Amino acid sequence: MTSTKIFNGAHRNPLEFVVETLVRISGYSAVVFVALIFLFLIQESLPTFGEIHAGELWNQRWYPIENYFGILPLLSGSLIITLGAVLIAIPFGLMTAIYIAEIAPVWLREILKPLVEILGGIPSVVLGFLGITVLVPLVREVLYLPTGLTAFTGAVLLAGMAIPTIVSVAEDALDTVPNAYRDAALALGATHWQTIWRVTLPAARSGVLTATMLGIGRAIGETMTVMMVTGNAPQMASGMGSLFISLRTMTATIAAEMGEVANGSLHYHVLFSIGLILFLISLAINITASAVLFRTRRRTERLLS
Amino acid sequence: MRAIGRRYITIGIVTGVLALSACGSESKRSQSDNTVDSVTLTNRGSDTIVNLALAWAEAYHIVYPDVSISVTGGGSGTGIAAMINGTVDIANASRKMKDKEISNAKDNGFVPLEYAIARDGIAVIVHPQNPVNRLTLQQLSDIFSGKVTNWIDVGGEDRPIVCLSREVNSGTHVYFLETVVRMGNKKDETFFAPSTLLLPSSEGIISEVSHNPNAIGYDGLGYVTEAVKTIAVAPDYTSPYISPTIENVINNSYPISRSLYMYVSGEPTGYTKDYIDWIYSSEAQLIVKELGFVPVN
Repeated sequence: MTSTKIFNGAHRNPLEFVVETLVRISGYSAVVFVALIFLFLIQESLPTFGEIHAGELWNQRWYPIENYFGILPLLSGSLIITLGAVLIAIPFGLMTAIYIAEIAPVWLREILKPLVEILGGIPSVVLGFLGITVLVPLVREVLYLPTGLTAFTGAVLLAGMAIPTIVSVAEDALDTVPNAYRDAALALGATHWQTIWRVTLPAARSGVLTATMLGIGRAIGETMTVMMVTGNAPQMASGMGSLFISLRTMTATIAAEMGEVANGSLHYHVLFSIGLILFLISLAINITASAVLFRTRRRTERLLS
Repeated sequence: MRAIGRRYITIGIVTGVLALSACGSESKRSQSDNTVDSVTLTNRGSDTIVNLALAWAEAYHIVYPDVSISVTGGGSGTGIAAMINGTVDIANASRKMKDKEISNAKDNGFVPLEYAIARDGIAVIVHPQNPVNRLTLQQLSDIFSGKVTNWIDVGGEDRPIVCLSREVNSGTHVYFLETVVRMGNKKDETFFAPSTLLLPSSEGIISEVSHNPNAIGYDGLGYVTEAVKTIAVAPDYTSPYISPTIENVINNSYPISRSLYMYVSGEPTGYTKDYIDWIYSSEAQLIVKELGFVPVN
């Protein structure tokens, strides 16, 4: 507000005032929207706890048409599938980024970078369709599983969706590392690989971390693809072996069941509670990411000063 | 996936019908006093009925160009929820409304009226190369509740059984639970095994069963294609095994058959009444037969 007062004298042009106000409103709107969504989720999910005991949610059976609202299978399903996707996407994404930024010749780089970005623009339904027709039979036959509609299939597709984000952001970060760093390392006798692993990658780590977090965020919130290929069986996941059975995620549950519920019913409120949990998980991921980023940035500043 | 595709096609057809009606010639009748503009009835619910409802809507629009019927699927639960919330003219359901749902609707000021508009058999389907041809209701219940997990126990090869079911918002799911998994016993607390795959569409089940030799699923007779094999079902060991055919549904010998319903709020009037009356005409019931369902009369 103080800044407005200082600049008030300069408002000769009313247009400038309008534009400035619009820009400010846009800036605040994101915060307002997130707060409103959060309040709405709380308002719609709170009645759950008036109607059933919180312990009933912390249960292993999800069968809403007969009032079994145990969310543990959904929670564990989402976590396992996301974890699987991250384990595939991070190494693969980072290696691709390093290849594009540090190793590939310029002409190849000019082709690869836009291609990866196009990959990121493919709608999730299309990926899901590819998954059903190509990946599902392949997973069943190659891994000798009873069915190809498994958590693993979902994790592979989610990794495919997270990789373009990771590659794109990480490659940008590697690109901004000054050439002087590389030249210095090479001049000291380091090999190309040592330069990448010991100098370039650590120098770009905050960007690489952002890339990873964005990738995880994309994976945990994805709905359509997982609903199409994971089989949606609400069974408990226990350990990474559960990747090869069929699991049901929180997002798929909301998508599959929200259309059916009567407004204001218990089932409706429970679905909103699941939405609230998802919201809190992504909030936690984002806060962790910014905290780590902030810390590394401060350390870098201290080192440079 | 196909369900989504179908929904878009549905929307496409509805939009097309709307566009046609918008630029169509003047209406051939002006039944409702001074209303001569085109009217749109909304019709939502059961995915089992959606193709039938769509075929009816198209046929009806040809006869009465001033009435458009917009049809969407989503499952019986979706249609009934819309009826309770008062956001639909006609709700499609492949199961009867529960007492609780009827009282919910009445609380909101809507009195659901039930019309049985067709009959449907639920076929139990397996991969064409699966040697199993027939099962009793008890065996089916054991398979879907997870008591039997290998095909060898019901006379098949040594393969794990993968059970496929529709999502819980499907009337077919509820009907199958009550009639097959619990074998008609209302006090029975048996559930589908937690490992049962819940697929969002009828086509999803057909597609997985046609590719996976371990799979067993169920689907409305109207959806069954050549790519899968149907199982003959017997109520118990001493009874004959009956194949899911239209004849066996008509003569009531096939044990897993049911009525399909449309619900309207209150005694229908005007366009809704005309449409419901038309559905019982021989012309409309012929469409029922063409789509693999069973006419009511």
